[in-house]
Formats: sequence, structure tokens, C-alpha cells
Amino acid sequence: MSASILAVDDSASLRMAIKIALTGAGYKVTEASDGQDGLAKAGAERFDLILTDLNMPNMDGLSMIREIRKGSVQTGVPILFLTTESDDGVKAEAKAAGATGWLVKPFVPDQLLRVVSKVLSR
Amino acid sequence: MSSNDPVAAFLVEAGDLLDQVEQDLLDLGKNLQDADLINAVFRGLHTLKGSGAMFGFEALAAFTHHCESAFDRVRKGKAAATAELVGAILAAKDHMAVLLDPAAPKGDAAGEAILDRLRAAMDDETAEPAAAAPVAAAPAKPAATGWHLRFYLPGEAMVNGLNPLGLIDELRELGDARVAVLRDRLPPLDQFDPTQCYFGWDVTLRGDVSRDDIDDVFMFVIDDMELQLEPLVAEVEAPAVEANPIVEAATAPAASAVPAPPSSSAAAPASPAPAVAKERPAENVRVPAERLDELMDRVGELVIAQSRLSQIAQDSSNAALRSVTEDIERLSSELRDTMMVLRMVPVSTLFGRFRRLVHDLANETGKTIELITEGESTELDKTVIERLADPMIHLIRNSCDHGLETAEDRLAAGKLAAGILRLRAQQSGGEVIISIQDDGKGLDRDRIRAKAEGNGLIQPGQVLSDQELYQLIFQPGFSTAAAVTNLSGRGVGMDVVKRTIESLRGTIDIASTPGKGSTISLRIPLTLAIIEGLLVRVGEGHYVIPLAAVEECIELSLEEDLRSRGRSFITLRDRLVPFLRLREMFATGTKPDVFQKIVVISTGNGERVGLVVDQIVGSYQTVIKSMSTLHRDVSTFSGATILGDGSVALILDIAQLVSIGQQQEERLRAAG
Amino acid sequence: MTDSLIPWDAEGNLDVLTFDLESETFALEATQVQEILDLLPETGVPGAHPLVGSVVNFRGKIIPIADLRLAFGMHTAKATLDSRIVVIEMAVDGEPIQIGIRADSVHEVAALSRGASEDAPAVGMRWRRDYVRGLVRRPEGVIVLPDLTAIFASVLGGTVPSMPAITH
Repeated sequence: MSASILAVDDSASLRMAIKIALTGAGYKVTEASDGQDGLAKAGAERFDLILTDLNMPNMDGLSMIREIRKGSVQTGVPILFLTTESDDGVKAEAKAAGATGWLVKPFVPDQLLRVVSKVLSR
Repeated sequence: MSSNDPVAAFLVEAGDLLDQVEQDLLDLGKNLQDADLINAVFRGLHTLKGSGAMFGFEALAAFTHHCESAFDRVRKGKAAATAELVGAILAAKDHMAVLLDPAAPKGDAAGEAILDRLRAAMDDETAEPAAAAPVAAAPAKPAATGWHLRFYLPGEAMVNGLNPLGLIDELRELGDARVAVLRDRLPPLDQFDPTQCYFGWDVTLRGDVSRDDIDDVFMFVIDDMELQLEPLVAEVEAPAVEANPIVEAATAPAASAVPAPPSSSAAAPASPAPAVAKERPAENVRVPAERLDELMDRVGELVIAQSRLSQIAQDSSNAALRSVTEDIERLSSELRDTMMVLRMVPVSTLFGRFRRLVHDLANETGKTIELITEGESTELDKTVIERLADPMIHLIRNSCDHGLETAEDRLAAGKLAAGILRLRAQQSGGEVIISIQDDGKGLDRDRIRAKAEGNGLIQPGQVLSDQELYQLIFQPGFSTAAAVTNLSGRGVGMDVVKRTIESLRGTIDIASTPGKGSTISLRIPLTLAIIEGLLVRVGEGHYVIPLAAVEECIELSLEEDLRSRGRSFITLRDRLVPFLRLREMFATGTKPDVFQKIVVISTGNGERVGLVVDQIVGSYQTVIKSMSTLHRDVSTFSGATILGDGSVALILDIAQLVSIGQQQEERLRAAG
Repeated sequence: MTDSLIPWDAEGNLDVLTFDLESETFALEATQVQEILDLLPETGVPGAHPLVGSVVNFRGKIIPIADLRLAFGMHTAKATLDSRIVVIEMAVDGEPIQIGIRADSVHEVAALSRGASEDAPAVGMRWRRDYVRGLVRRPEGVIVLPDLTAIFASVLGGTVPSMPAITH
């Protein structure tokens, strides 16, 4: 069965780019348009991986990661975040919140797939 | 727009983001302390930068980065939001729109000028340096023949989604790996937390592996883990660990037993689901307008097929068939209603664009203008909204430029210094009325009259109602502006405004009081796609008259018809109304019905005409279809629609018929 | 009017759909043809050019029905059981549109050969020469390749098809 991935980003074009890259590689992708939406979807179904932006309206990525980690549905599920900052502070904060890894924007589909397969490790 | 081209999606999205940033900036300009707005602007710029870089708009990303940095500092309280900053970012926003255009000129002098302004506004000599280059990777050491690693992962690594086995698999892929599990940190059983990672690993990795390769494997945990790493010295026996066969066997069960993702113990105690947001935000899907049109066509066909089915069912004694048919009837009518709603968008999408316009107009004219909008949630067909934008821009410019006075003039006239421009939308039956109201000096009747007489539009001394006089400003080439300004007054446009509104089957009303201001009201049908129509029969043909234009229906008896022959006027409440015999116009070659009807139609500005038809069949909601190019010269009809039996009925063009009627009236008046 | 307007393929062939109007056989490029319909209820368009005097509902679209008889000086005729409407798509004034062409009867798709074709003669033809792209001789008779672009351009230009000057 193909791995199912939750992609959370407020930018529709980015979600589309992510979805095209991931579905092209055989993954099943569920989209969410912000942290709140992502949290709701993460509460409803277990995913094999969650991919999220950090800066989003309604609920930002950090808060969403914290909330997801508080629950049990996604225990042990890797969470990757997308960031434009190379500043280590953000990474440390996100990891403290419970993120597994990150991907620096801009990225090309190959980079995305590499990181995804790295944390999915199947 | 192709629905699976991310770049096209980005362009649409970027346009929306820029609009939103602009709105937020304009709001922020009024309340510089508003943290929510500051955050919103930051987020918008941030997304634009990130996505821009993703989709190859490097110039946009680089330029936006400076603006984002500025707002990041404001957001973090390191700098204050000022009017200058808002102004600079507004200018920057316009430049970003330019950078979205692939045909934008290279060489960014304009951008630099804006960044200078931004730097000045941020009160620092240099904008923040561009984002620091990604942390330089540790210089690659010469590849060793291998490495000996000992590592312990952070305790919560597995809870946070890291799979130690995955890391070990990655190490195995680098070369020949011998792996031993280190259990020295395993706590006593009563202190054992199954979600924690207590194990360590000792790996001897042989092969042409660089330090970077290993850092890559651990990239997400390297800062948080304990890692001892030493190059293997050639020909030296790997440091002995526990017996390999056992270790190999032990690794898998140990590691896989522990992470146990949603193990029963982990899943059971906690609340079943994390607190789900109380209110799910509305989700939106972007659909190209053509697809909606296609869907609309299909729904139209479905409705027609369904009505044929209903006819068959009526003649059938099959109860099951009749019951299914009723269901389908209900479903297709609901589907049609839903379809209509899909095309509607709130007027706020239109009004939003004018805030910036008014802001700029106020700057250019040196007037103080307050914009008030009302009824922004009123909905209109998307196509209509798009086509309204240009005429409204023109009318707003006109109001700001000619209607509203300068602050000094206003104070002298006993008004508040700030002029008020009010945009209002409200639904009224099948129409939306959009009004543009200013509290300026009002239209100058004498100037309009003088100008119209000068242009030969009216005869000197001709008696005109106020409405008739005001409507003259929509005549081609008409302009009263004494000085042609940058904004308006060139006499181009007002006639285009009128034509555009008429092409939307709408009308324009003008009300004006000297010294108090003027109001221009646009009455626009809710949708272009659907029309409430009166179905009439003329000879053997069926035609649709837009119901909005129908004033009343009266009977024309055969003898009245004979009496009126050659006159073609009826008296309606003491007014002579010209009428057109459609049977003659359409050369039906049939005899008139005994009881013909006159349908009185009007364009909304007082001009009316009666249409003589054989029979009034009823009123129907119909889907408007355009006529073929080959029929574009047939001006009597504005479109066509498909009736319940699948046949076509033509829709009469009201403006055209009224104008034919008026010409007939003039001819007759001229003749005596 | 000339052979150059006919899209012969590399081998000098052209697949066409042939149909009859009165005693003449006409041909439309098979690639243009979308569908052949039984007669549909037509709605007359008062004031329209007589060549395209009515419209029908074709799958929810309103398309004009063209009667080429009028372009070729024939008299209008009542429909029969064999009458059909051939729906074609072609560019008119730069815009691709669908048009229904009336036919007394429709034959099969046939391959015409360039070798058997000739330009419309400059004199001696009953029809306007610019309405004919070429004539193709076949054992069964002559097939006329009408120039629909020119014919519909005259509709848009507003010139009523003049009654043919009968030269013989």
C-alpha cells in the first residue's frame, strides 16, 4: 500500500507542486490549507508522514505540530516542515515542537522525494 | 488556466496574495499598532517569497525578501510600523506585480528605488543582508576507508517520527556495515517508557564514505544526538563488538518492538483525538470559469432531457417510472439552483480593488477622501463583476476628480474637510443596484446644457428633464471638465461606461443635488447566464422577453388593432406609447390571433415601447445561450434559450426594440 | 476557386463526405464533419441572412443551419425522410464555430483523387465561381467542393447571394 502523506500549506500552488511530485512517486496525498485544517485532518486519520509549512494563517505550523504531538493519533509519525529560513533557531524550535526534519524552500521535486523517502524509510 | 499547472496556480495565488497584502496595508495605515495586520502582511510577503522562489520567480523572491525582513522586524518589535513603511511597501507591492510578469524588463532600477525608500522608512542605512547562506557544510575530509560510529539518539526521537532503523538502513547503503546494539542505557523495567529511545548503536562502516555522507544520514538529528565518529585505519580489525550474528538478529526485533507507533499502550489512554478546531475553515477550490460554463451547459441539457422524460412518464401508467421521474425532476432543479450559486461571488472582490484607487486618487488630487463601502457581501455573477470593474473605476475617478471638492472649498461651503465617497451594493429582486455616491458639489446642469448645445447634442432651449440632461454625459465625446486632468475629463470613457453597462443588460440612473453631491446607480441583473423571461408566441415562433423589462401586458382586440393600423400608437395612462407588431417585423405570414396582447417593455430610463404578440405563454427561468457568429448582425435578438421540449426560443433585445420604437415615434412626429 | 484551397494529402487524395442537394452532389472534408443528424426542430431567426435562416439545439448549443441551396441558386425544398443535417466545425471570422449543413441525402465517406479534379471553369458554370473550390469527376458524375469560407464570408458581409446568372 502506498504511503499516505498529509501536506499542509496555505499556498495552493505549493500544495499543487507537492502533490504532483508525491503522487507522481506513488504516494497518496491529503491536502490541508492551514494549521487548523491540518490539525483537524491529522486528528481524523493516521498518516505515514506529515509535511507542513510554518507560516500559515489561523494556526501556524509550529502550533499545529505541538498540538499533533499532544495527541496520540500521529504518535511516531514523521513530521517534516518547510522553511525558507536557514536560521537554526527556527529548526530548533520546530524540532522542540516535535518535528522530525525539514526541507528548505525553494526545493525541487527530487529533493522533496529524497527527504520524504528518508524519513519514511520503507 | 490549466488546473494542474502549479506555476499558473501560483500566478493566480500571487495576485490574490498581493491584493490581500494591499488591503491589509491599507488597514494597517489606519491602525499602525494592529499586530494581527502586521502578522498578516508578514505572512503574505513570506508566502510570496517562498512560493516565488519555488516557481522560478527569483527576482520576485529576492525583492520580496527585503520587504519581508522589514516586516519581520516590525513583527518582532524591533522596528515600528510607520506610515512611511506602509507607503513604501504599497509601492513595493505594485513592483512585485510587475516582477510576476515574465515579460518584465530586466535591470531593476525601479525596484532599487523602492528599496531605498524602504530603507529610509526603516531608518537604517542598509537593508538586512540577504538571508544568510545555508550553513556551510563541514568541509569534506578525504574519504576514509571507513568509519567507526557510536551513537545514541535523543530520547524522544521515535515519538517525533524518527525511525532508527531507517538511519541504520541508510548507513548500510553507504557501505558494508556491521551493526551492534548498545543496551547500556536501558532502564529497569519499572522505569521503562516504551516511547523512549534507550538504545545506542555501534556501527563499523567500511567503504568509500565521506564525513558528509554520514552527516547527511543524521541531518535531522545531528545537533541533538550523541555521535562519536572516527575514521577506520586501514587494515586494522574492526573494533570488536558483541558477536555479529547475534547482533544482527537482535537489531531488528529490538528496534521494531520499541517504536511501536500506535501501540495499544500509547493509543489507549490519551483522549481519542486531539482537540479539533471548533470551526472548520471554509475550504475553497479554484475552478476555471470555462469549466463552470461547461457544467452549466450540461445542467441545461439535463434539465431539457428531464422534461422530456417527465412528458413520457406522464403518458405512462408505470408508477415506478413516474416516481423516479419525480425524483429526477427535483434533483435536476436543485442541481440547477446550486449551479447558479456557484457562479456568484461577493461584491467585496470588486470593492476591494477600489480602496487603493481612492487612496491614490486622494494623493494625486490633494483632496481628503474617505471611502465607505456597504453591502459588500451582496453577490453577483463572476463574469458580471469582472466586467463592472472598468466602468466603476471610471465613475469613481469622475467623482473624486470632479464631484468632490478640495478641503478648503468644502470648509468654505460648510462641509467637513473630508469628502465622502460611498460605494453601496444591494440586491433588489433579480437585480443588484450598485451606487457610487459622493457628497461633493453635484452635477452642473448649466455646464452640461451649454456643452451639449455646443456639441449639437441638443437644440438650444430644448426642454429636458434632469434625468435626460444628466444622461447626456454618457454621450460619446461629451466632457465638461474645464481642465483636462490626468485622471479623467478627456471625454473618453463615459460613453464606454454606458455601453458596458448596457451590454450587461443593466441601466444607469443619475441623481444629483447642487452643493450636496451626486449618486450614480447601476442596476445590473444578477447573472448573465440566467434570465427570468416571459415566453410569448408570435405566429408559430416562440420568443422570450426579459421579464425585468416588462412593465405590463394589455389586450389588443382585433377591432382596436384595425383602428390603430397605420398609427401604431396606443394611449397608456395619457401617454402615447409606440408599438411594434412583431408578426409583421418577423414576417410570420400568419393571421393574427383574435386576442392579441401588447407587452409593454421599457429600458428603465423612461423610454417604453409595446410589442404586439399573439399569445403570452408564461414566465420561465431560462439559461441564456449566445447566438452564432453567423447571426451577429441580427440585432433584434440578444441570445437564445432552449425550451423544455428541446426547441430553441430567441430572446428579444430590449434596447434594440425600444430604439426601433423610438425611431418610429420620431418619424411619425416628424410627419405630423 | 482554385485547387490550392483544397487540402489534398501527400498522395493527392482527400477523404470527403458526399451529399446531395437537388441533383448535384457536394462534398465536405471528412475532417470537418462532426456528426450527421436526423432533422431537428428548427427555429427561424427573423432578419437573419436567408442562407442561415434558422437555428437548432445541438447538444445544448445553439447552432445555425445553413442551406447551401441558396448559395447555388436552387429553390428551397421541403425536408424528406432522407434529409439530414451535417454538423461541421470551421473557422468563421477567425472563430471556430459549429454549423449544421442541410442535405437532401448523405452518402458515404469517399476518397477523392487530385488527378480527377479541376478548377471551376471561368465561364459556363451556373454558380458563383468563388463559391466553388473545385470539381472532381467520378464515374457517377461530378462532385462539387463548395468554398464554405467564401460562402459564409458573404453572410457576414451582408451580401445577399445573388440569383445566379444563368449562362447557358
